[in-house]
Amino acid sequence: MRSITLSTSPSSEITWNQLSNGMTVLVQPMPWLRTAAFSLAIRAGVDLEPNSLGGLSGLTCEMVQRGAGSHSSRELVAIQDNLGMDRSSGVSISTSNFGAAMPAESLQQAMQLYSQIVKNPHLPEDQLEDARMMCLQEIRANDDEPTHRVMQRLRQLHYGSHLGRSTLGTREGIAAITQNDLRDFFQSNYHAGDAILAVAGKVDTQQVFDWAETAFGDWKTLPAHSPPAATGTGTYEHLESPSSQTHIGFSFETIPYGHPDYFKMRAGIGILSDGMSSRLFDRVREQKGLCYTVTASCHSLKQHAGVFGYAGTTPERAQQTLEVTINEIEKLTEELTQAELERWQIRIQSLLIMEQESSASRASSLASDYYQIGRPITTQELETAIESLSVQQVRDYWVANPPRDYRIVTLGTSPLTPPSTISSSVN
Amino acid sequence: MPEFRETTLPNGLRIAAEIDKRGYSAAFGYFVHAGSRNELDPQSGLSHFLEHMMFKGTGNRTAADVNRELDELGGQGNAYTSEEQTVYYATVLPKFQDRLIDLLSDMLSPALEEQEFETERQVILEEIAKYEDQPPFGAFERSMELHFGPRGLGRRVLGTAESIREMTASRMREYFNLRYRPENIVMAATGNVDFDALVDQLEKQTASWADRPCTLGGSSKDDSATSPPGINLDAQLSMPGVNQAYLVRIGHGPSESSANRYASRLLASIIGDEGGSRMFWDLIDTGRAEVATVWPHEFTDCGAWFTYLVCDPADLPANRRQIDAIFTSIVKDGVTAEELSQTLNKASAGCIMQSERPSNRLFGIGSRWLTQNEYQSTDQRLESIKSVTLDDIASVAKTYFATGNHQEVIVTDSND
Repeated sequence: MRSITLSTSPSSEITWNQLSNGMTVLVQPMPWLRTAAFSLAIRAGVDLEPNSLGGLSGLTCEMVQRGAGSHSSRELVAIQDNLGMDRSSGVSISTSNFGAAMPAESLQQAMQLYSQIVKNPHLPEDQLEDARMMCLQEIRANDDEPTHRVMQRLRQLHYGSHLGRSTLGTREGIAAITQNDLRDFFQSNYHAGDAILAVAGKVDTQQVFDWAETAFGDWKTLPAHSPPAATGTGTYEHLESPSSQTHIGFSFETIPYGHPDYFKMRAGIGILSDGMSSRLFDRVREQKGLCYTVTASCHSLKQHAGVFGYAGTTPERAQQTLEVTINEIEKLTEELTQAELERWQIRIQSLLIMEQESSASRASSLASDYYQIGRPITTQELETAIESLSVQQVRDYWVANPPRDYRIVTLGTSPLTPPSTISSSVN
Repeated sequence: MPEFRETTLPNGLRIAAEIDKRGYSAAFGYFVHAGSRNELDPQSGLSHFLEHMMFKGTGNRTAADVNRELDELGGQGNAYTSEEQTVYYATVLPKFQDRLIDLLSDMLSPALEEQEFETERQVILEEIAKYEDQPPFGAFERSMELHFGPRGLGRRVLGTAESIREMTASRMREYFNLRYRPENIVMAATGNVDFDALVDQLEKQTASWADRPCTLGGSSKDDSATSPPGINLDAQLSMPGVNQAYLVRIGHGPSESSANRYASRLLASIIGDEGGSRMFWDLIDTGRAEVATVWPHEFTDCGAWFTYLVCDPADLPANRRQIDAIFTSIVKDGVTAEELSQTLNKASAGCIMQSERPSNRLFGIGSRWLTQNEYQSTDQRLESIKSVTLDDIASVAKTYFATGNHQEVIVTDSND
């Protein structure tokens, strides 16, 4: 077992090592807190579901928590509540995730408990129908949220039918899943290979490594799957709905987190959309009063990424909103100023410092950084990368890599016309 | 341990701070006693409209300046309006305290220019349309209207499309002068705060707030025989094409000063928490509902208990019977010692975790100081949680659930 240590400050080094079964354990002590948090990511995302069983990853994630080791479903919840755990679980494109924040003294027991959940769940067959109903409820609810519908369809068009599938699954997929499918998915994908456990908070690093070894050291391991390729292309699609607003989603391809140019790209999106003086907020909402919500943000998978944007506005102003919003993106490199970049830099710097107040937020960053780039990133390293950016670098990046192949989805009473400036790429 | 300090300035502005010099950040907020409850019919939506206008420029700054400076301070800031207050807040690194206070205080002397008012009217109308598209499609507002009547606490925070279209900038100025008086405002601060500097700066910067003219102008009492414009009181709402049925039930609950409030919160957790509650095991874990939960909402002098159910429309009657059975059983037999101890452990841990971030503490401290002039430390809150007994819970259940007095709003597909 070889440990690597990155120093952020003497009291808060990030140390990580790999258990012999391949599971990576990362620890960052934050001795000024009273809490500890863990984030456990398993390579069991929706991209590993068979095409006809959309929702299998989510249903498995639900079922493993319905009893494990020597505990029934109800006992698990009682123990978690008594340990004071504020917990979360869910699936993403690539991973199934379990996490919790709690008073620091609960951590060892919590780790032990979650090792049972992911290693020895009961997967009780008599609860499969209940869990299936639960997943269907989520799909139905999601369909009642126009914003979610637009953004989900957009992700599908952006990444293609496989990588862009819904984390909630489909009604047909959920209905078709059998107990055997569930067992197979669990057996094949819940293992230590590529699993990441990140812990942050009022902890002792060596002690956490020892607890991790005890809890997860005997977990089986299998070879990891590589993610499928993205297959999305530029397009426009309208979803008919009697909604009050027209909901507009748009996306274009970009580089993923971990790419050497990532922060040059990210700074551009920050200037467009982070904060109340950002261009979209200022020019689309504040100056023209076209909408209440207008945003753009970056989303990364391991090999692929996208900039995803949204604006919601009443039908009579929707065409103008779409045009003004896309126009702001198209002219991002015009008149980029030092002041805009500096505001974004201060914003990120403040966020990074304030992250030191939350063990849950640190644990989650440690796990996602490691998943994306294969190592943790210290707060200092991030600060340096962001502080060293120049306006010229941001402009050069965006001039060389302009947005193209827009995917646009609208939902509302009538379709819109994609702006002519980008229509060559929107078939 | 954090230290609590408070003072009242000669102009009446109150300042309350929970100071912890170990913090990485400091959070600040103006809590203004201006909410939809304070509005008359012609003012409906003004508290919230004003909240937007505070970002639209002052005598010293343009709207763009305000937004730009907020961003320059790296502040995680925003504002919100409720039935009883409007809050402007930001969390910043301690080195930015004086610049943030300068900015927030200036914002609270807004220019309220006609052109900005017209532009923002459109944004508010968009905000109203946005919520019309979102579950539960106005059901909470409707339940408040039914329970409290369409005025007072039942008045919609956003106003109605009708009231916003009719609004005038001069009416807004009048309302501003009436509500934004220093005696109606608290500055709350948490985290790594320099209290003495804060008091000095506020004393200088807010001195002129006492001079705001106080005229009621043409405002007169509302005609209670009529409904305010844009309001109807149907308990049944239909939304074309929605998949789920949405049920909101509202009944009486404890106020912010009620001795019952901790027992009520714990009871709500036992009945309706996301994991491990009675409703969770009966309705969520079984997949019979997407949401089934309860919570008490405390106002200054009264309160409401909400019950919220989201499920397949076909399952609504059976699920509602199940919820009623849970209430009946708790009124009759109370809760078990095991349930209480589990929820005590969960609530205590939650209280400790919440206390770690100054931004989390700000709202409780500011609101409580504004309405009750009272401060509770994290340890006092822990003590209040831990001292709740089975008898307290049983008594709360009888007080609020035995009568069956409540209103219900249901939203379903228009075709159902």
